[in-house]
Amino acid sequence: MSSSPAIPSIRPRRVALFVTCLVDLFRPSVGFAAVKLLEEAGCSVEVPPLQVCCGQPAYNTGDRATTRAIAAQVIDAFEGYDAVVAPSGSCGGMLSHHYPGLFDDDPAMKVRAENLAGRSYELISFLVDVLGVEKVAARYAGAVTYHDSCSGLRELGVREQPRDLLGSVQGLTLREMKTPEVCCGFGGTFCVKYPEISNAMVSEKSADIAATGADTLLAGDLGCLMNMAGKLQREGSAVRVRHVAEVLAGMGDLPAIGEPERG
Amino acid sequence: MESTAHAFKANVDHALADPNLQDSLAKLKVGFSERRRQAAERLPEFEALRDRARDIKNHTLAHLDFYLEEFERKVIGLGGHVHWAPTAADARRIIAELCQSVNARTVAKSKSMVAEEIALNEHLEALGIAPIETDLGEYIIQLRNEPPSHIIAPAVHLTKDQVADTFLKHHAKLGFDKRLTERNDLVAEARYVLRQKFLDADVGLTGANFLVAETGSSMLVTNEGNADLSNTLPRMHIVLASIEKVIPTLEDAAVLLRVLARSATGQESSAYTTLNTGPKKQEDLDGPEQYHVVLLDNGRSAVLGTEMQDILRCIRCGACMNHCPVYGAVGGHAYGWVYPGPMGAVLTPQLVGVEEASNLPNASTFCGRCESVCPVRIPLPKLMRHWREREFEKHLTPKAVRQGLAMWSFVARRPALYRRLTALANRMLALFGRADGRYRALPLASGWTRFRDFPAPQPGGTFHARWAKRKT
Repeated sequence: MSSSPAIPSIRPRRVALFVTCLVDLFRPSVGFAAVKLLEEAGCSVEVPPLQVCCGQPAYNTGDRATTRAIAAQVIDAFEGYDAVVAPSGSCGGMLSHHYPGLFDDDPAMKVRAENLAGRSYELISFLVDVLGVEKVAARYAGAVTYHDSCSGLRELGVREQPRDLLGSVQGLTLREMKTPEVCCGFGGTFCVKYPEISNAMVSEKSADIAATGADTLLAGDLGCLMNMAGKLQREGSAVRVRHVAEVLAGMGDLPAIGEPERG
Repeated sequence: MESTAHAFKANVDHALADPNLQDSLAKLKVGFSERRRQAAERLPEFEALRDRARDIKNHTLAHLDFYLEEFERKVIGLGGHVHWAPTAADARRIIAELCQSVNARTVAKSKSMVAEEIALNEHLEALGIAPIETDLGEYIIQLRNEPPSHIIAPAVHLTKDQVADTFLKHHAKLGFDKRLTERNDLVAEARYVLRQKFLDADVGLTGANFLVAETGSSMLVTNEGNADLSNTLPRMHIVLASIEKVIPTLEDAAVLLRVLARSATGQESSAYTTLNTGPKKQEDLDGPEQYHVVLLDNGRSAVLGTEMQDILRCIRCGACMNHCPVYGAVGGHAYGWVYPGPMGAVLTPQLVGVEEASNLPNASTFCGRCESVCPVRIPLPKLMRHWREREFEKHLTPKAVRQGLAMWSFVARRPALYRRLTALANRMLALFGRADGRYRALPLASGWTRFRDFPAPQPGGTFHARWAKRKT
């Protein structure tokens, strides 16, 4: 299902950031962390202004026509960049694994969708697998546990890459959950369409998190993080929740997700 | 079996409030997936076998008519009979007539989900023929008058205590008036009660894991050996199987068996693997005098050649439900019909209608764990999404969802408008959430805030707004 692309001899220099709608609206620091990590790895980062969303809300509701329209918009906006990088396995997977299938009856668009798919990546796997990054210059005092978000793990093969980079963060120890690979129950609109099932799933996840004794939860997808943070905080847990890119970029001192500004 | 798939949400509420069920599910979630993982790890070529298993089933489906006719020819050559049943009603009628032709009063049944699909027990009972379930799990739920909750472990929703109570209630009249607490004692008691019923049965009815075209054999795996008694003791053996169970050769069966047991229970192979190849021959010491195979279509051939065809590869191992976090939260009964979990979410709309089962393909996060363990690599999330597309086309998607999506899509297709609106939303949510960093309640988001806090945005504007500032 997953394959690590060989490290190319010429590094992609001109990288477009696919911010994702959740990062744009709720947690811009994840976007800035991504920019920092990419720039430190030698990329020149641009943020195409016409980007909005990857189209998953429509895609997963079965509205193919809207999905195609939004995909076409994304394909236009990201034309010409060496690589397109998203701080999300779910949105990255949408571009790299699902767009081409939307245009089976439109050969011209299919070619363009395949072209975009071939240069679209999830952030952490892009850093490790494509750019060959092996360590980061960051500190984080704490014990963290890492949740494998579903699309990143099972569609894109993101598993060891974030753990490898976290291993280079000074002061950080990793404590694994029993089942880090089990879904947290977010699932986009699923969590509001089937709130009771979603709650059962995220409750189980929070118990797994608590059992590690970690003080920080990290993952690579903001949707999952907001879901788990919301549950942990409702339960009165002191576990802080952050995007893995923030910690890797040395931005682990920002207020965690769902925490107020200090001061 | 009568579907309650339309009542999925009510079924879910019921399931989440059932402490016995939640207890059983907690054990199932750990046990099955861990055993499967270990079994897969012990076999270096497991992933390659999954590819071969997928290819075998794809090849067969591409030539299904050929292999079914070949199978029929072989069965007839062996002295058996093949009956084609286009619908569930046809299958019920055929089986009832066969039972009546030998004046059967009891039918010993080994576990068959296809028999559940056609509601065979109810039909036979109405005709005065008593069906006796001989698989332990099926026997337990028959006593309790419940449908199966899992395709390979039909009573997996029950705790040991519930089984103990059930046995005491139904076996006391047979002289077993002591409530048992040990698992082995419960099994021994069931075995004792069932043994006489095997001996008394007029007809044995089994399902089939595979139908082998090359030899005309039906192949069945169990861990209890009950199928062997169902098909050797009575004088008539009826095999009830759906058409996609046919495979070309015994060689193919060997590949499929290797992935089936490992995916299902983590065993290298099931305890019993039985081939039934025609009726008793003259030189045989035992076996049925009559051998009948009922081939059920019931909507399956309509799937051939469509985007849903991949679901016909399913070999009913149950791995998808064992690894499904939604099944793990609500169990099998919530799905409302015979087939639960991801494979059920794809198959049930096909067999009972998408109007009836519209919730099932929607009740998934598309986490993909099912696909990652499926022994024949069925892209289950993709097929569930196809059902959502069909629902959307048929206007079955709930109105509130459609309206919300239409509004979102209007804005999402206009980047400038989107920027203005998200900047506003960001500012408002950040402002009112500033003190706590999160919301305990939020209008229009009660589905979220009933169970979780809602994180407020970071202050300072959206990413795009801040990025624009950074550049200037």
